[in-house]
This record gives sequence, C-alpha cells and structure tokens, in this order.
Amino acid sequence: MMNREGRATTPGNAARPDAFQTHSGHRALVQEEPLIFELGRPGKIGVDLPEPKGTQSRLGNTARRGFIGLPDLSEPEVVRHYVRLSQKNFSIDTGMFPLGSCTMKHNPRLNEKMARLPGFADIHPLQPQETVPGAFEVMDELARWLKVLTGMPAVAMSPKAGAHGELCGLMAIKAAIEARGEKRTRILVPESAHGTNPATAALIGFTVDSIPATPRGRVDLAAMKAKLGPDVAAVMVTNPNTCGLFENEVREIADAIHGVGGYFYCDGANYNAIVGRVRPGDLGIDAMHINLHKTFSTPHGGGGPGAGPVVFSDALAPFVPLPYVVSEAGGHRLVEHASEDPAAKPFGRMVAFHGQMGMFTRALTYMFSHGADGLRQVAEDAVLNANYILASLKDVYNAPFAASGPCMHEALFDDTAFEGVTTLDIAKALIDEGFHPMTVYFPLVVHGAMLVEPTETESKETLDVFIASMRGLAEDARAGKVERFKGAPFLAPRARLDETAAARKPVLRWEPPKRAEAAE
Amino acid sequence: MRYLPLTDADRREMLARIGAKSMDDLFADVPEAARLKSLVDLPRHKGELEVERIMGAMAARNMTASSVPFFVGAGAYKHHVPSSVDHIIQRSEFLTSYTPYQPEIAQGTLQYLFEFQTQVALLTGMEVANASLYDGSTGTAEAVLMASRITRRNRAVLSGTLHPHYAAVVETVCAAAGMEIVTLPARPLSREDFATLVDDKTACVVVQNPDVFGSVRDLSPIADIVHGKGALMIAAFTEVVSLGAVTPPGHMGADIVVGEGQSIGVGLNFGGPYVGLFAAKQQYLRQMPGRLCGETVDADGRRGYVLTLSTREQHIRREKATSNICTNSGLMSLAFTIHMSLLGERGFTRLAALNHEAACALASRLEKVPGVELVTPHFFNEFTLRLPRPAHEVVHALAGKGVLGGVPGARLWPGEKAVENLLVVAATEVNTETDRVKYEAALTEVLS
Repeated sequence: MMNREGRATTPGNAARPDAFQTHSGHRALVQEEPLIFELGRPGKIGVDLPEPKGTQSRLGNTARRGFIGLPDLSEPEVVRHYVRLSQKNFSIDTGMFPLGSCTMKHNPRLNEKMARLPGFADIHPLQPQETVPGAFEVMDELARWLKVLTGMPAVAMSPKAGAHGELCGLMAIKAAIEARGEKRTRILVPESAHGTNPATAALIGFTVDSIPATPRGRVDLAAMKAKLGPDVAAVMVTNPNTCGLFENEVREIADAIHGVGGYFYCDGANYNAIVGRVRPGDLGIDAMHINLHKTFSTPHGGGGPGAGPVVFSDALAPFVPLPYVVSEAGGHRLVEHASEDPAAKPFGRMVAFHGQMGMFTRALTYMFSHGADGLRQVAEDAVLNANYILASLKDVYNAPFAASGPCMHEALFDDTAFEGVTTLDIAKALIDEGFHPMTVYFPLVVHGAMLVEPTETESKETLDVFIASMRGLAEDARAGKVERFKGAPFLAPRARLDETAAARKPVLRWEPPKRAEAAE
Repeated sequence: MRYLPLTDADRREMLARIGAKSMDDLFADVPEAARLKSLVDLPRHKGELEVERIMGAMAARNMTASSVPFFVGAGAYKHHVPSSVDHIIQRSEFLTSYTPYQPEIAQGTLQYLFEFQTQVALLTGMEVANASLYDGSTGTAEAVLMASRITRRNRAVLSGTLHPHYAAVVETVCAAAGMEIVTLPARPLSREDFATLVDDKTACVVVQNPDVFGSVRDLSPIADIVHGKGALMIAAFTEVVSLGAVTPPGHMGADIVVGEGQSIGVGLNFGGPYVGLFAAKQQYLRQMPGRLCGETVDADGRRGYVLTLSTREQHIRREKATSNICTNSGLMSLAFTIHMSLLGERGFTRLAALNHEAACALASRLEKVPGVELVTPHFFNEFTLRLPRPAHEVVHALAGKGVLGGVPGARLWPGEKAVENLLVVAATEVNTETDRVKYEAALTEVLS
C-alpha cells in the first residue's frame, strides 16, 4: 500500500529473523510498557492534597456526576512509566538527527534554565503591566535582535509556530491590499513549498496557483512572470528553498511581484542557513516568519511548542496584529487594543495572550550566547556541513541538483541510483545504523527525495561516521542485499508499523473494559 | 564558541573535500549586493555566566505569582505543578525529539499522545480528541472553521461571555476565511436569546463554561436550541480543572469541545506556551484539525502507535487540508499527561474540590466588603465582583499594596462602560487563608 507521495504505508512481508525472547517481554534497557490506563489501581495517589472541608457548593445545578475514568497511580509508578516511554524515543541528544527542513540542532540547557527563572515562568499575562517591565524588556530586546539580523523594520511577535506565522504574514498582506481598496485573490506558491504554504493561503480564501521549478531546482522565473496579474496578492517563496538551494534570482522575483502591486512573502523555515550573512530586508522581502525552534534552537519538544515571529517591511508594518510592545520614554508598554495606538492599523489578534514567552526567553538566551559573530558562524558551519555531506555522497547517491553548484544548509538526494531499494528502505536502515533518518519524500518536486540537514552542531567526526554508513548502505543496495532493507529496522523498539490499518479503522483512544469498574 | 564543534582545521579540510576555496564560494548564489561583509551591529558572543546575569536582571524586574497573594485568572491560572512533571519533560528524549514521523523510534512520544488524547476525551466527555493545538484561543478558531466545514454554513455566533481574546482570535481568523462572525455584548449572566440569534445560515454557537466571568451553567438548553436549527454547539473552557467538579460539555450536548489545558502541568509562562485541548463527536473525526495518534501493530504483530488520518493534513493535502497547523504543543501535552496521571481520578477531583472551596472562601470574604457585590452566584474557581468604582484603578492600588487581585473589566473590554466596574477574581489551591485575609484587608482599605 502506497500513500500519495509513493511511500509504502504497510510493513510488507519481509523476512524478520526470530529474535531472542525474554520471559518478561522486556529487552534489557528497552522495557515493554502498557498504557497508563492499564496500570492504575484504585487506592493509589500520585499527588498528596489536603482533604476538602466540605463547604457548601456554589456550583448550582452543574456539579459533575459519575466517574471520569482516570487511572490512579503513585508517583514512582508514574515517573517510571514516562521514563520508560522516553527511552523509546530518538532525540538530538541521542545522535545525529539530519531531518531536512526541520533543523534539529543542539538545544543548550542554559536556555531551559533561563526560561524557568520565576521572573519569566511564574508571571501572568494579565497581571498589571507595571508589575512585569522585565517581560516587556525581553520581548522588545528579542524583537530588536530579529529586526537587526533580518534588516526589516517591524516584527509581529505573537504567532505560535511557523504555520501560524505564515497566517500572520498573509493576513497582513490581505489587510494592506484591502487598505488600498483593492481585491486580489490569487497567491503564487512554488511546487517545492512546504505544505503549510498552500494550506495557509487557502485557509483565508486565496486561490493557490502553483509555480514549477527549473531543472536547477529554483523557482522558474519566466513561469512565475507569466502567472502575474492584477489579481495576484503575493508570492510565497522559501529561501533558501526546500531543495536546500538559494534562490539566486530572488531580487528578480521581488521586482516582478512588486511590479504588479503584490507582496513578497518569504517562508523563513531555512533562515538558519543565512543568519548573520544575508539580511532578508536586502532581498526585497515584505514578510518572513522565523521559526525560533529552528534557527534559534528553542527545542522541538516532540512536535512543539514552537514560535513564529514575523518580520515585516515598511509597507506591511502598520498592520502588525495585537498585542505588541512599544518602547516609550518611560519604558515599555503593551498595546492590547486598537484604541490604545491610533496610528496603527492592526489586522486583529492571533492568540489569547502575547505569544510564546517561554520560547522568547530561550531564543534570546541563545542569541546572547552566540552574539553577532557566533550567529554568522552558525550559518557558515551549517552550510559547510551540508556541502561536506553532498561532496562525500554524490558519487553513490543521485543528487539531482549537485551539478548546479553548492547547496545551502541541506543536501538533497534521491533513490534513482538503486533497483528494488527505496528511499523509505534507506531511511529505515539508517535507524539500525543509529541515526535518525533524513526527511523523506519531500520536497515533492523530487521523486523519492532524501533531504539531509546536518546543522552546525554536528562535529566532523560524527559526519564522517554518518557518511560511512550512508556509503555502506548504498553499496548494500547496489549489491542487491534487499533483505537488509526490507525488514529494517531490526534493532528499534518496534518494527515497521502498519499505517494503513491505523487509518482504515482508527483507534484513537483507550477504551475501558468496563468503564464503571475501571474508575471505581 | 561552545555550541560549535568544528575546528578551523576541520573547516579547511572540509572545504578542500568540497573543492571550495573559501566559505564565500558556498554562498555564491547570494546576489553580491546582499552579502554582508561584516558582522551585524549586535553584541559578540558571551559565556553562560554573563548571559545568566543579563537574563536574571530582566527576570528580577517582574513580580512573580508565588511572591504575593495572587488572584489573577481570566484564561490562565496559577496552580501547583508536581516536581516530577518538569523533571520528566526535560529528559532529552522528550525535549529534543521531533514530531514522530519515524514511529519505530518515536514510540515514547506516540504513546503519550495516545494517552493524552484519551485523557482529554474522558475529561470533556467526548468520543475523540486530537494531539493538541497551540492553545485554547487558536483552538476555538479551528473549532469554528470545522463547524463551518461540517454544516457547510458560514456564520458563527459567539456568546458575550466567551473570553474576549478568544472572540477576537475567532473574529480575526474566521472572518478572513470568509465567515460572518456575530459577537454578543459582554455582560455577566446575560440571557442570550439563541432561538432568534441562530438562523439557517449559522454553523455554530460558541459558549464558554465556566464563562469569562466565572459563571457556570447547564448548557443543555442551549444545545437543544442550536441543534433544532441544524447548527453545532461549540463549548469552550479556559480552566480545565473545572472538569473535575463541573458536568463536562460532552454531557451537555456539545458537538465540539475546545479549551485551554495550561492549568495542568504547564505553568503561567506569561501567556505561552500553553496547550490547546480539542475534542469532538466521532462522526466529525475526519473534519478535525491537527495531529491524531492511532493504535496499530508492527510487522511482528506488537502493539504500537502512529500518526494517522494524515490525509486531512497540510503536508499531504496542501491547499485542501483541514488546517494549516504543523507544529503543535507536543511538550506541553506531555506535561499535561504526566500531571494528570499523577493526579488520577481521586487527585483530579480533589484538586477541583479544593479550587472550588478556595473560591467560595474568598467570595465569602470579599462580598462582605462594603460597596462590593458578588455578580456571579454560581461559579467554580473564578467569580466576578462589581466594585463601586472602575476596577482597573482598584487593581493598580491593590498591586501597590502587594496584592494581585484579578483582571479588571477595562483590561478585557476597554472602553466598555457597562463592565468597567467589574473585577474577575480567580482562586486556586495555591491560595492560603492568609492570602485571602490580606486581600480582604487590602480591598477594604482601597475602597474606603
């Protein structure tokens, strides 16, 4: 069974050698762990709380009846359960995690420590403004760093992740177009774009018009120009793009879209490749989100939280959404309502409070640690590491754009060099080799894509082991050692999982054998 | 620099392998005019000690919730989080992993997401829940868009007792998506006449319980009216602890339930990151936004978990996706799951009872202060007072006396005279009798 990307979603029938069996089902450090719901027993408690006094209730007619169905456990059991689960996860601290476009780099623990200072972690978003001047100072200082680094005059801090930043950027563009009394309905998005780009544009009613890529893996400028017209609101371009290449005609793209009165949105997911070396403000960009969890290393946390501030050009700056911090003679002030800043034209509000403060403190800590010099080195080492991998593997893996010159922070390969061994097989075999697989089957413009992003925090020694593993796998694939791939991974806590079965009859929650009994 | 392992010798050797003369060769695709020749105008790198001093100085300028009698709520609540929660979420394998795209080496994340989904479904009284959204407010906008997809209708009615910031997020996002959003005036205990407000173009009504004024009520009569018009009822909440004491929205006819999970496991964090809880009836599963984790088996027949139904999602469906969301609140959902597991049935319902008692004890004191009226007779851990003068003035005066007394009407609805004297006050298990006595004394003094 294949999905739409051409990736297998069932494990297949590959031979898997009989494994050594234990009586317990555990396998040394890898413990088989039931669901928390299967572990609870009435009478246990994991949090000691005082006995309620039995005060007269003021809940009216809304008091809850019956059991919820939560399991009862003691603290040691809960701690062990989640520690055991953690041991089934691969993380950046475990080993190299070259997931292209996702920027899995080292997450300094200083950032965690600073975010947990009570002065940041234990303050409420709606306590009186005069009691939190240090919080506004953090927001303003982070905003300053983002503006200086990108060369852009304004920034919206509240978006909660990259896709949310895209929404913020497109909403500002929509507001700017409406302020001009125009109606534009179309947005141009390259085929190679992240799925979030067309999804965001469609969410707020734009029609998505796809731009093809050139054989060199860049936006086809002529094709883009042919699609331009007075109904085009914006072009959304990722730069460096999802093939790991810098859009060398970025200025021409900017001039072309501006020529028809549209705006240039840049997906900044790959900003880590150019931070400190190139300012998006010098490229003609009107809006760009920055994934603080990528470029500025706030941790990914197994899928969030992220943060997606958006930098804006002068043309879009007046439309920055509420709330935002302004710097005045007496200090900082948070503008929460349009009436408090008559000069501005905020397009609305994107979140309940002021953004991902916990991510702001981490990102600012990271920036202070690196400084202007360290951040420039981040970009250079990220690009150097990726090119080192490209140079070391392009003779054994097909690298579709290697001929057109160096890559940026990620190297793109595909599986066309092999017979009977696919990108998915190579990814799963890499798990056995002790690496997290690269991004697979993305970007969609390359069939069977393998996008390798090492980041700047991998040493040359680690890269050399990775390269040797990849070369070994290529050799095995050429030698027709198909079994080595089809059953992989052999050494992970689980073998390949049946995604087709999961989707066909979804089981999305645990169900009690008998609910009343379980909750007793 | 301590985070960068390459040496200059490495760099030279690597450039040689690549066949490049210098780093500039690797940036050759960047237009010449856009290549920065020198460093940007920002400070140079710093050691840990120096960074700690700068950050620490900024942190020290803020008044922390734990340092004063603290009664601020309205969407975020101060609760005690057990030590083991923060310890476990800082384990590398959770903190520094990614969205579980490779399930064979991400069963830890996937299994807790499955547990999280189950907990959320049980708490809300709904059939299915997703693996979290950013927060309660963005989740509410997603719920309204989902209702529009299900009903193929384009209008939403927001109760005036919905948190105004939630309403603003819905207005911003859903109006941009082409919906008509009708937000009713903010009045505590207002009897909103949904029978006339809901028409045959209305996709949904959004109500909050406990509402932004702290008031609790039975939503069933609203659900009946809304369903009678072929629309859906979306029930929102900002205080998840209430579900340990109050009838869950799923038992009062809600079709979609969305709320903020910050109270359990997460902490105040000045507004984020938080964790959006999202649950619905099974029949609407395929219209849900966000990640879903499902049970399956591996090639050896062992139980395991995967992300599933991803054909709803942006990375597969692109412009036809149910939402643009990619990153969600993974680590915060883990914190929630661990804290909820520690509490269990007994701990969670007891925590809820303690919160309600704390609020009752505080209300009993404050409603006796001369000039103060308790507006909301039925509440969980938050209630609204009417003061004899604008509440924001009183809040500032209380802060001057070292008491953070609540959220004034003008902070939530600036310029709205009708709610200017209202003060929304939250009480939780962290408040002591001494805190309450101090608050009563300070309020008496400020109002006298």
